[in-house]
Amino acid sequence: MTATTLYDKIWDAHLVSTDADGTSLLYIDRHLVHEVTSPQAFEGLRDAGRTVHAPDKTIAVPDHNVPTTLDRNSGIVENEESRIQLEALDKNARDFGIHYYPVDDVRQGIVHIVGPEQGWTLPGMTVVCGDSHTATHGAFGALAHGIGTSEVEHVLATQTLIQTKSKNMKVEITGQLRDGVTAKDVTMAVIGATGTAGGTGYVIEYCGQVIRDMSMEGRMTVCNMAIEGGARAGLIAPDQTTFDYVMGLPHAPKGAAWEQAMLWWKTLTTDDGAVFDEVLVIKGEDIAPLVTWGTSPEDVLPITATVPAPSDFTGGKIDAVERSLDYMGLTAGQNLTDIKIDVVFIGSCTNGRIEDLRAAAKILDGQKIKSGVRTLIVPGSGLVRAQAEEEGLDKIFLDAGAEWRLAGCSMCLAMNPDYLEPGERCAATSNRNFEGRQGRGGRTHLMSPAMAAAAAINGHLTDVREMMNS
Amino acid sequence: MDKFEKLSGTAAPMPLINIDTDMIIPKLFLKTIKRSGLGVNLFDEMRYDDDRNEIPDFVLNKPAYRDAKIIVAGDNFGCGSSREHAPWAIKDFGISCVISTSFADIFFNNCFKNGILPIILPKEQVDILMEDAQNGANARIEIDLAAQTITSADGKVISFEVDAFKKQCLLEGLDDIGLTLKKSSAIDAFESAAATARPWV
Ligand code: SF4
Repeated sequence: MTATTLYDKIWDAHLVSTDADGTSLLYIDRHLVHEVTSPQAFEGLRDAGRTVHAPDKTIAVPDHNVPTTLDRNSGIVENEESRIQLEALDKNARDFGIHYYPVDDVRQGIVHIVGPEQGWTLPGMTVVCGDSHTATHGAFGALAHGIGTSEVEHVLATQTLIQTKSKNMKVEITGQLRDGVTAKDVTMAVIGATGTAGGTGYVIEYCGQVIRDMSMEGRMTVCNMAIEGGARAGLIAPDQTTFDYVMGLPHAPKGAAWEQAMLWWKTLTTDDGAVFDEVLVIKGEDIAPLVTWGTSPEDVLPITATVPAPSDFTGGKIDAVERSLDYMGLTAGQNLTDIKIDVVFIGSCTNGRIEDLRAAAKILDGQKIKSGVRTLIVPGSGLVRAQAEEEGLDKIFLDAGAEWRLAGCSMCLAMNPDYLEPGERCAATSNRNFEGRQGRGGRTHLMSPAMAAAAAINGHLTDVREMMNS
Repeated sequence: MDKFEKLSGTAAPMPLINIDTDMIIPKLFLKTIKRSGLGVNLFDEMRYDDDRNEIPDFVLNKPAYRDAKIIVAGDNFGCGSSREHAPWAIKDFGISCVISTSFADIFFNNCFKNGILPIILPKEQVDILMEDAQNGANARIEIDLAAQTITSADGKVISFEVDAFKKQCLLEGLDDIGLTLKKSSAIDAFESAAATARPWV
């Protein structure tokens, strides 16, 4: 038998058919749906007189548009278009009989946080969603990726997806992380090394001691940003950490079904001798706390560095960097730690889980946020919020001067009322620093929750390690 | 879906690398529940100033390129989100072909579902087409999908590769869902086998 990768195994287990040219039909175990990329798909379904093939495997939750202020449960969504989208999801979910977590349900939250939390995402599954950060679910050893709205409609109608197989890439993070370095720094380090197109055409399997030692929350952060490196998906082989996390979740198997599942899940590893088309090895010890300085997620540097100059680059990147620095209002040679910020955003499907809030709270505990720095802390789900409150994290945040919000995507993409004003600069724990991402003219620096919390206290980008020593 | 057979029109040069989906269609415009009408907001933040006046320097605002049907772009076009609003906006504007050295995966797939042909070419060839596009007189090109060729105004012919299945779907304007539903017995068979092998799913 030839040695195969984890990706090969999941792929093979979901193949419905393959045509002579390699075009394959892949069965989809879980389809997650949110309000922005689904209305046209449901409309298409209705127009063609089709139904949802497997409503039991389809889960809907509103997240992108929902307000995160405490008054939202009074039902006020001021933006009319947002309201129409939310109402459309509500109607579609009910009409087609799919699982649904409406805005006023405590389990509501960002789709990529709700899916794992409810046990919808399990090892060895195929998971898709009309959202590129579906890669998050790869942390469970599930093949998970984003799809467009036409594909959403295709999955709704057939529970399958037309796919061609990607190549295999192995990203190994060896050794151990140093203090102050987190899963976010790991995933940003990988993008820094591959570039935003380096993963195009690949499914990445993350492995190595650093990954093995990581919690499920951390693994989700790592896989979440596989897409920023251009990869179709990121994967981590399931192990005891995964099984412990999954056990007992509402939709995880129980009893005999659990035992049967475990038999298969334990086989979900890459065989010794399996060949990867591409391999990247990074030493855990070499990773420092990172921040982005430009408008592409590949623009990462250690917080101790200075802003680069266009002339440090080659090819098309020279012009891109010139444009980035202009947009970001930065000068080459400036210390990254001298960059002043106006806003801090802690949340998103990258860093909106309980562990992220704990990391931010640890830094903010007993401290005051620099006056004038608007700080939004937005839990990834209602359950994360409840857990944080049980641990008293909300008090730490409020005492420090932060806003403690309800769950949603919020300022990650600013489709709801949480956005940057033109020229405002934000320390953000989300995943994209594109021009205008957090609001027209807004400037984004990506970093870990601990780094964002440190920036909030000082009012400028800060090496969190200095705050940990004191 | 619209068929794509031959296309002849002006190519607009956008040499910037990593043109992302937030640039192509900012999130403000994702609030629609329709597929149509997004063309006026294509590249919105690059195309209009704060008072919604056109920025004359932006390529698609220049007289020579206002009716462009093709974009020649820098590396890694369409990176970022899965929003199909990006190809919808491109198509609605009137562009049916994008040429680059590389595309982001999801965007690339989304194009084919909307009658847009994304063409990947080696850097040297993209450079030639970029230069032609910048040189207004040679900006008109002709694309023949069946023959897999691009012909420039001065008669240069460049061939390109395209996935056979995707090519057929574009040429015939085929609906993916209809095609897949023809395989419903295979899907049913898969489901019953999976019900035994992985009943917890
Ligand atoms: S939190 Fe941000 S990246 Fe994640 S799903 Fe929401 S908008 Fe997308």
